[in-house]
Amino acid sequence: MTKELYSKYEAVIGLEIHAQLATESKLFCGDSTAFGAEPNTHVSPVTLGHPGTLPVTNRKAVDYAIRLGLACDCTIEQHNYFARKNYFYPDLPKGYQVSQHTTPICKGGHVAIKTADGEKLVQLNRIHMEEDAGKSIHDLDDNNSCIDLNRAGTPLVEIVTEPDLHSAEEAWQYVTEIRKLVRWLEICDGNMEEGSLRCDANVSIRLRGETKLGTKVEVKNLNSIRNVKKAIEFEIDRMIGLVEAGESIRQQTRSFDAATDTTFAIRDKEEANDYRYFPDPDLAPFHLTAAFIEDIRKDLPALPQALAKKFRSEYLLSEYDSSQLSDEKTTAAYFESVVEHTPHYKAAANWILGPVKQYRNEAGEAVSLPDPALIAALIALVEEGKLSFSVASSKIFPALIASEKHPLQLAEEMNLLQVSNSDDLNQWVAAALNAMPEKVAEYKKGKKGLIGLFVGEVKKLSKGKADPKLVTQLLEEQLKA
Amino acid sequence: MEIASGTVAYLANLSRLHFNEDEQAVITDELQQMLAFVEKLQELDTTGVEPLMHMGDAVNVLREDKVAGSVTRAEALKNAPVHDEQFFKVPKVIRK
Repeated sequence: MTKELYSKYEAVIGLEIHAQLATESKLFCGDSTAFGAEPNTHVSPVTLGHPGTLPVTNRKAVDYAIRLGLACDCTIEQHNYFARKNYFYPDLPKGYQVSQHTTPICKGGHVAIKTADGEKLVQLNRIHMEEDAGKSIHDLDDNNSCIDLNRAGTPLVEIVTEPDLHSAEEAWQYVTEIRKLVRWLEICDGNMEEGSLRCDANVSIRLRGETKLGTKVEVKNLNSIRNVKKAIEFEIDRMIGLVEAGESIRQQTRSFDAATDTTFAIRDKEEANDYRYFPDPDLAPFHLTAAFIEDIRKDLPALPQALAKKFRSEYLLSEYDSSQLSDEKTTAAYFESVVEHTPHYKAAANWILGPVKQYRNEAGEAVSLPDPALIAALIALVEEGKLSFSVASSKIFPALIASEKHPLQLAEEMNLLQVSNSDDLNQWVAAALNAMPEKVAEYKKGKKGLIGLFVGEVKKLSKGKADPKLVTQLLEEQLKA
Repeated sequence: MEIASGTVAYLANLSRLHFNEDEQAVITDELQQMLAFVEKLQELDTTGVEPLMHMGDAVNVLREDKVAGSVTRAEALKNAPVHDEQFFKVPKVIRK
């Protein structure tokens, strides 16, 4: 599709993200929420929808929903009621889903994303709490669908944007930010493969300048950030193609096929569903005092975007380093504890985004990191010229992880300290130059680039222990003579 | 309020219930009477009265996030009309 065609239309996208709250137990009863259990083993009479059972709200789920709302600058609803959304489906045992209809716990708010034109605030419509349904499995049995109710009743928040996104790229950025945020707040593990974070996209197009919304299509169950982007790209292309061909867009629910990066219709929307919402009489309302909400606000960790800003202004790091360091909570916290022990902020950033990150990638995210004071000491040794960065990162760092000994002690034990003693250095320098008389002559005729060769030779003779800065100085002096 | 023709069939469909035409006629008539009975309330002036969202006085009845109370799989499945050792079984809900 040509650029001109694209610029003729504007895509309008709204996203609904379901995030599974990282509680131990379900929203209204004590069944475990652990993923991957044997089918129908995390079920109680409440989950099964047996008559005479009484659901009771999980305090932590409420707390988590409020955390997310505060982090997104939402208004927190102080008077909350649960409602029943009535429909029949085999994996919904009660015949209704408990949700929040008239009183979503969080209203309004926004999420900042990066775009080509700078920062953009994506406006949220609401965040509400609800329970998940069970799982229907259609391919195990030829004649029946199999129902597993382990997931039924798991606490979710549904995060609904206004139709405020205008490209697949913006949608990608937004989902990335939400995933980072829920992980940062530790309210959801963000695992899209296991369904802890699921996204539905409402997509429409209109002529640029038009203010009325076009007919929308809902693409369901996008289970990776890549798929969100690909599905929206495909839908925008498909819709522009239809309109350009003089056809109309039908209001549909579509599904994404990751094998071909295309979407296909799963149902036409005949009429709006009639869910007959009403307040759930079994569940007590919950009221939140302003003081209670404030206590949660005070307890929130510093958020990634605030930290990135701090890293730029306080530690004078680049935009790139700041955003990499604040990409993930452990990394950011580790950086902050290392810079408590060293004034070399840029070096600390390089170490954490380099060798430390590599170590975490190899050993697994859960691995414990070395004492920040020791990393700061290692940085100091490099800055003082006692170790080269390459020896420090390839030899001392692994030894430090294994032993938690002070890097200076390790360097001494391993005989790796750079020699700045001029007697030794002069000896190596002389030996290097004596070994290569022709090169020395060429250098003296003006081939100054050969200095690197001499430095390398000295390095070899010293087994890496000669301080390259001093060696270069000495070589230049001797070659001048 | 008049019950429009088709309303009972619509509600029956939402509730996944089946009634023949005779039954629908009876239900329409009865529903009409119930509505007329409740319509009496509309005579009251409710200006300034907040909608009642919940009947009880109980608020903030919350539980701690503790795992407890699950039943065994055998117990969970035993009342289902169709099941195997692992799953509840229902007529296939999608065509392959």
